[in-house]
Amino acid sequence: MEYFKLFIRAAFVDNMIFAFFFGMCSYLAVSKTVKTAVGLGMAVIFVLTVTVPVNWLLDTYVLQEGALSWLGPEYASYDLSFLSFIMFIAVIASIVQLVEMIVEKFSPALYGALGIFLPLIAVNCAILGGALFMQQKQFGDIAEATTYGLGSGFGWFIAVVLIAAIREKIRYSHIPAPLRGVGMAFLITGLMGLAFLGFLGFNI
Amino acid sequence: MKFLRNIFDNAHHKLESKEKIKKFWPLIDAFDTLMFTPKEVTKSGSHIRDAIDLKRTMMLVITAMVPCLLFGIYNAGYQSLRLTEAGWDAGVLDCFMAGLPKILLLIIVSYATGLGVEFIFAIRNQHSVAEGFLVSGMLIPLIMPIDVPLWMVVAATAFAVLIGKEVFGGTGMNILNVALTARAFLFFAYPTKMSGDKVWISDYELMKEKSLAVKENVANGTEIPEHLANVPELVDGMSGATAMGELASTFDATAAHSEAVTSMFASGGQFDFMNSFLGLIPGSVGETSALACLLGAGMLLATGIASWKVIGSFFVGGLFMTSVLFAIGGNPYFDLNPIHQLMLGGFMFGMVFMATDPVTACQTGTGKFIYGFLGGSLGILIRILNPAYPEGIMLAILIANVCAPLIDHMVIQSNIKRRLSRLKTA
Repeated sequence: MEYFKLFIRAAFVDNMIFAFFFGMCSYLAVSKTVKTAVGLGMAVIFVLTVTVPVNWLLDTYVLQEGALSWLGPEYASYDLSFLSFIMFIAVIASIVQLVEMIVEKFSPALYGALGIFLPLIAVNCAILGGALFMQQKQFGDIAEATTYGLGSGFGWFIAVVLIAAIREKIRYSHIPAPLRGVGMAFLITGLMGLAFLGFLGFNI
Repeated sequence: MKFLRNIFDNAHHKLESKEKIKKFWPLIDAFDTLMFTPKEVTKSGSHIRDAIDLKRTMMLVITAMVPCLLFGIYNAGYQSLRLTEAGWDAGVLDCFMAGLPKILLLIIVSYATGLGVEFIFAIRNQHSVAEGFLVSGMLIPLIMPIDVPLWMVVAATAFAVLIGKEVFGGTGMNILNVALTARAFLFFAYPTKMSGDKVWISDYELMKEKSLAVKENVANGTEIPEHLANVPELVDGMSGATAMGELASTFDATAAHSEAVTSMFASGGQFDFMNSFLGLIPGSVGETSALACLLGAGMLLATGIASWKVIGSFFVGGLFMTSVLFAIGGNPYFDLNPIHQLMLGGFMFGMVFMATDPVTACQTGTGKFIYGFLGGSLGILIRILNPAYPEGIMLAILIANVCAPLIDHMVIQSNIKRRLSRLKTA
């Protein structure tokens, strides 16, 4: 039950897009059709679910103050947390490389559709944000960290698929010319955020 | 009729004869087509012969709102008079007349702002004024608290029409319900003005001030301020909060307070079943009466304008969620009878007039069931589990609006898949 609550909180209450506006670049760029949005959303779920627990391990056993004490008592005073940004990024980049290779091998069509955005997941702020929030929230064990990663990935997935469906629907609307494309996407995101505010402060 | 026709013909003629004001034709055209069905006949494409067009549809929806509006006017007066000693023996007409001015003002302001924006867009883009705002302009006053400052109504209406509708290309293109966008905008932009116990009853704040001043006068002999001279006094211990507000106040409250709130919902209390059903409770102008909403629903369903799929599944969704929470139990919110719970707040009004908006709801049949169920159950969930947003139906319908295109997409895709597989086996 605790894990379920954590999942719901990560996915809806602290939604990566509507609560923190993380990962906007790929969110705006890949949300033109539902199909590619689902593809990239899945990739983000996968990457977050893998990187958050890996980074949790790294954080707990290497980076935190006193985390190295398992090496011996003389290491107990080390605090490597100043390295966390660069270490998290390195972990994320290598895992994204892995995902890219897997996608290219098993689904060339999706690989073609995602194009440049798959490697760009490496610098997607939602992914790094997931890792940093994980560090901030000080999860007790790896299962919590995994649930959190899965939940926030799912929240991002929902957001990108929802806006993709809306953008497909409004494709033939008479939108004022200056707003077509990204301008409209920004406005829609704002309006969706207004609706999603309903989840803010959910008492679970 | 002939007389009216002549007026419009004259106006058209005058406009066309002058080069300078020619571009204002949408102004006349809007009122003309509102009164008379246009004579134009389609020249190409599909031809549909039907007596009812979009403007006639909108007028029907407004007619369906009339019970809610009339009751809202009565209730506004009733709620206000109920709190004063002099008002206890007020008759139906007294209540009605007491409520009328403020609500008329709300309606006028809402229409003036919304139609103003629409006219500006129509003249700028040289197209005829779309019908959409006829209904939204009536819905907006009905979902506002009675004592909301008028400039806030102006701001919200302008925002909703501009950002919620016009940038999407006007009527029929918006993704969020326009009236709800206005309400949500106010709710998040001016939260202190849109909740609590001050705005739901006409002149509540003034009356409270007066009764405090009178007490002061009796105790210390201070003067009663001039602007309060004609304001009636508030009877002690009368609260101006809505049913949902009262329930939300039981979060983290003492047991005694919870008990007091629970007793308000028991038979004979301020929010007992009959009062909630008839709507004699504080709340937004038109939303309080479940009975009036049901009358409207009957009319919308009989004329085929609202989808029974949306209304039915919305109700089932709400009932399902309240029943589940009722079974869990444990606090005044959960322990309220499920049907009673659905009569409170904006649930009925949202179900009948907001969720059924044909533009923002799902277009596919199966999608309508999913959409309605999602809206209803989510509305109850937000209302009950989120103490900050006791009027959660509004947000739930907005979320359902956001999800509608995706639901449609999935329904269509699965349809395609099913038919493809049938093709293969054949």
